[in-house]
Amino acid sequence: MTINQSGWRPERPESDAANARATFTGNRALMLEEPLIFEIGDSGTTGVDFDAAPAGGADRLAGLGRTAAIGLPGLSEPEAVRHYTRLSRQNYAIDLGLFPLGSCTMKHNPRLNEKLARLPGFADIHPLQPVDTVQGALGVINELAHWLIRLTGMYGVAMTPKAGAHGELCGILCIKAALEARGEDRKVILVPESAHGTNPATAAFAGFAIENIPANADGRVDLDTLKARLGPDVAGVMITNPNTCGLFERDMKAISDAVHAVGGYVYCDGANFNAIVGRVRPGDLGIDAMHINLHKTFSTPHGGGGPGAGPVVLSEALAPYGPLPFTARYADGHIRLIEEETVGEDHPDTFGRMAAFNGQMGMFTRALAYILSHGADGLRQVADDAVLNANYVLRQLEDVLEAPFGASGPCMHEALFSDAGFAEGFTTLDLAKALIDEGYHPMTMYFPLVVHGAMLVEPTETESKAAIDEFIGALRSVAKRAKAGDPALKAAPQFAPRRRLDETLAARKPVLVWKAPDLPAAAE
Amino acid sequence: MTTHYSTDHEWIAVADGVATVGITDYAQSQLGDIVFVEVPQAGTTLGKGKEAAVVESVKAASDVYAPVTGEVVEGNAALEADPSLVNTAPESDGWFFKLKLADPAELDGLMDEAAYKAFVATL
Repeated sequence: MTINQSGWRPERPESDAANARATFTGNRALMLEEPLIFEIGDSGTTGVDFDAAPAGGADRLAGLGRTAAIGLPGLSEPEAVRHYTRLSRQNYAIDLGLFPLGSCTMKHNPRLNEKLARLPGFADIHPLQPVDTVQGALGVINELAHWLIRLTGMYGVAMTPKAGAHGELCGILCIKAALEARGEDRKVILVPESAHGTNPATAAFAGFAIENIPANADGRVDLDTLKARLGPDVAGVMITNPNTCGLFERDMKAISDAVHAVGGYVYCDGANFNAIVGRVRPGDLGIDAMHINLHKTFSTPHGGGGPGAGPVVLSEALAPYGPLPFTARYADGHIRLIEEETVGEDHPDTFGRMAAFNGQMGMFTRALAYILSHGADGLRQVADDAVLNANYVLRQLEDVLEAPFGASGPCMHEALFSDAGFAEGFTTLDLAKALIDEGYHPMTMYFPLVVHGAMLVEPTETESKAAIDEFIGALRSVAKRAKAGDPALKAAPQFAPRRRLDETLAARKPVLVWKAPDLPAAAE
Repeated sequence: MTTHYSTDHEWIAVADGVATVGITDYAQSQLGDIVFVEVPQAGTTLGKGKEAAVVESVKAASDVYAPVTGEVVEGNAALEADPSLVNTAPESDGWFFKLKLADPAELDGLMDEAAYKAFVATL
């Protein structure tokens, strides 16, 4: 076995008596050390038994055949299986414990969704099959589209965007197309300070100039500042509702009316729709376009499991510009795919296409399974429970952690805290590392940017009171240690396979490619 | 040479009509370890209050704004190789860019050192 040069070595602090007794292997019972795949086996091993190359085969490569080994790892099949299984055991997963990052990263993926997505009629088809042979799959897309329109109170939906940010781009391109159709050249998109970073990035990518709108003291968009900035050069606003401070934008209707009054459009970042699904219809708030992250609201896998899916619901004003293709159910029950060849006079103003095919079919099946298994009343309870759980976290912790907007009323599905009151020199990062020792993946940190040392906790609707109470107990404990200035907190995590890693060095001088130590290049 | 300060935590030192701009010690302490800096190219025209440079720390990416209007004479190339200069010497070797002032009167709207210190104390 060669020595890994990437700095990935087990740490056993000598000061810790229990840890000082190192094992021969470096393993600790079933906590296994795992080298890089290049460091396992040898290049002579292979899991596949190839026939000898046919005589004369090299000639057909026109002299481009390899003349030297390329350094691929050599592993037998069980070695390869064990390598990846061991790595997976070092990961933290929603199936192992509560994820205070919440639905942003992952919430529980119901197993019923998985079962239905694996039905051969959904899993084993191809987007280029004749539409007559995939009527069931197209039916799923059409049915899901119908549900998304009903749940949001909107006019139409573009199903093809592949993720939330892709959906943002789709919505902004609809706004751009609508402005072009009106013959207007508006250049400015207004974005609140607390926006998701993707919002200004999307608008800039589509060629708009970004202007920030500050938040008021209770963490919401400042309506008067927004109104004062509106004018004939404003193409629209991009607002997240509920916003990234975990608050509902109460002035949303007034904002929409003001933007519409000057001829602009309202884009809503629907990432946090899971807090209001079944309770609030964005269409009633005057929103023109909103993407829905299927993983956040409708429980599809995300974060390593993905892929994403970001359908965009559209108002009557923007729907004519929505992308191709889309599904349509005809009177005879047949579902057609409306594409460039078949669009005819039905949808002449489309801005084009967001994706080669029809969207993330596997995610559509899961999302529809989730919707149908919950029903309208169940979806409303999803939002109720998500909000109730977050408020429980907020109120149980606000005596030990500063809640910057705690006084402005209930939060939505996320509870926001700041590092105010921590002992001198103690940071949110220290608290997060201590949470790892407690057996939790840390919450979202240092976002939103408008709050110093922000900690954003989303328990989601799926956690029991007992699970949330245990998490609250852990967070209370580490918060008290941060306020008291416990020096051990600075050394956390103490019990993880790795201690505090040097994130600064990793960012400044990242080692991105493994170098074989016996090659000359490794000397540098 | 006089140094002025903006409420966005940039410092600007002017000598012979050329201003050197960087971020303050308070700003770097809030950002944490800086891992990447993007400075403007010479010849770029910057408007007062407009985005001029990007600074990225282990915590977040932030924009650096031009405190006054002017044309960039030089960006600090040393920061690309060693962004930690912003942490170790924010108000000297860790400067971001040099500007030819378009309107020296714009400096009047900025703070002096005493006023900036008082401003930071309120944060």
